[in-house]
Amino acid sequence: MLLRVEGLATHYGRIRALEGVSLTVGAGELVTIVGANGAGKTTLLRTISGLRPVTAGRIRFDDRDITHRPAAERVRLGIAQVPEGRRVWGPMSVEDNLLLGGWTRPRGELATSLGEIYALFPRLAERRRQPAGSLSGGEQQMLAIGRALMAKPRLLLLDEPSMGLAPRLVETIFATIADLRQRGTTILLVEQNAFAALSLADRGYVLESGRVVLEGPAAELLADRRVQAAYLGL
Amino acid sequence: MAGDLLQFLFAGITVGAIYALIALGFSLVYSASHVINFAQGEFVMLGGMGTVFAAAAGLPLPIAALAALVLAVLAAMGLERLAIHPARDAGLTGLVIVTIGASILIRGLAGIVFDRNFHTLPALSGDAPLLVAGATLHPQALWILAATLLVALALWLFFARSLTGKAMLAAAVDPLAAELAGIDPRRVVLWTFALAGGLGALAGFLVTPLAQTHFQIGVLLGLKGFAAAIVGGLGSAPGAMAGGLVIGLVEQLTAGYLSSAYKDAVAFVVIVLVLLLRPSGLFGTRAIERV
Repeated sequence: MLLRVEGLATHYGRIRALEGVSLTVGAGELVTIVGANGAGKTTLLRTISGLRPVTAGRIRFDDRDITHRPAAERVRLGIAQVPEGRRVWGPMSVEDNLLLGGWTRPRGELATSLGEIYALFPRLAERRRQPAGSLSGGEQQMLAIGRALMAKPRLLLLDEPSMGLAPRLVETIFATIADLRQRGTTILLVEQNAFAALSLADRGYVLESGRVVLEGPAAELLADRRVQAAYLGL
Repeated sequence: MAGDLLQFLFAGITVGAIYALIALGFSLVYSASHVINFAQGEFVMLGGMGTVFAAAAGLPLPIAALAALVLAVLAAMGLERLAIHPARDAGLTGLVIVTIGASILIRGLAGIVFDRNFHTLPALSGDAPLLVAGATLHPQALWILAATLLVALALWLFFARSLTGKAMLAAAVDPLAAELAGIDPRRVVLWTFALAGGLGALAGFLVTPLAQTHFQIGVLLGLKGFAAAIVGGLGSAPGAMAGGLVIGLVEQLTAGYLSSAYKDAVAFVVIVLVLLLRPSGLFGTRAIERV
């Protein structure tokens, strides 16, 4: 397994945000975590990226214990995240945003990677000199994904990539995710849009109040009555 | 009359450049960490006093200045590591109090380790004044202007052109996104303090031949630099430069045409006016959080 999370717990002050969360992501898999607002999905991704301290449990990446490693080291090891709300550096140019995405890599390799990202997202090439803040929401999401890809991740964490986008753009973003997966990128996808996420994923986990309450192949979760009632509005 | 005006303008631009260097220290630290570092003036003091005492110990002037610069940079990094970082959850007001406490500590130590007398340094190109259109210009003023312009150019190149500079900007704009890209915001804050310490020390070294130095010189110079940073818009580097110039000019024109008794008060009158009329400063983009 590329990523193995075992019995993970984190706290915000005295409030428990995650408890006993265990999950795995194998190389080449697309795994999704679905759940309601406040279930702990974003906290989970931030903990995997090293932005939040772990109070119990372990995180292993590529058979290496990274539970207490700093965030920058996890990026170097191959974990990149597209954060919730995109969080591009608005005043800086599209190109600078992308180049900084490759901060942990040798400078000599950045030009090649930049070309690959522009080939993947031609819109970004057209707007390379514009401030990132002037892009539309969909373009900013592409930029956020491109920035994370500049780190050449072995595991891509995507936090609510469809949030706040128009339906047509949501389709584009999910097509992009499918495309990335086709190219062999391992993805852990957090989504409120459970139907779209489960339709795309190999496996899924359902998170409720900081605990995993259901897990299994995505197709089984899609067919599960409880999931349908709680998250798919069926 | 025209000669007088030119004289006041020369003086205003010269002290303005010094204030600009100090204001840059305030602004860079504020944009990287949202800390208003009231110990910035102490780095200026360390630059002056440190050079004086290193030179008195027998070091040639350039080496003495470098030693003082290193001292101020280490003091700035120590302040960040030992006081600011551990208190990072204290909130804006708490951190301001931490920096005021640190400034009192640095000043007190300087009074003991150095001394409590006034000192000066030889001007870099002698003291023979240059005559320009009926006004006199101290050659040290030219050094101050050249050094300030050079620093401004170097900072601009660093932040606009180098990936490291851009990474520091990114960490200031959105530390969380920077951390996810593998940029360590704590290191960025640490190096920003180091940079602010160096800028302060440079200002202290340059101004000493004209204004003398003393273990308490940092209080007033720090406040003037703070005023300049506020006037220009805290967090904006061009604003810090412009704010320094505004404070320097207003101060010297007041001293020249009204009375030098009002000279030190006028900086604070300008702060109040700016905060009333344009709270984000001349170049600022957002209002500053209230303390």
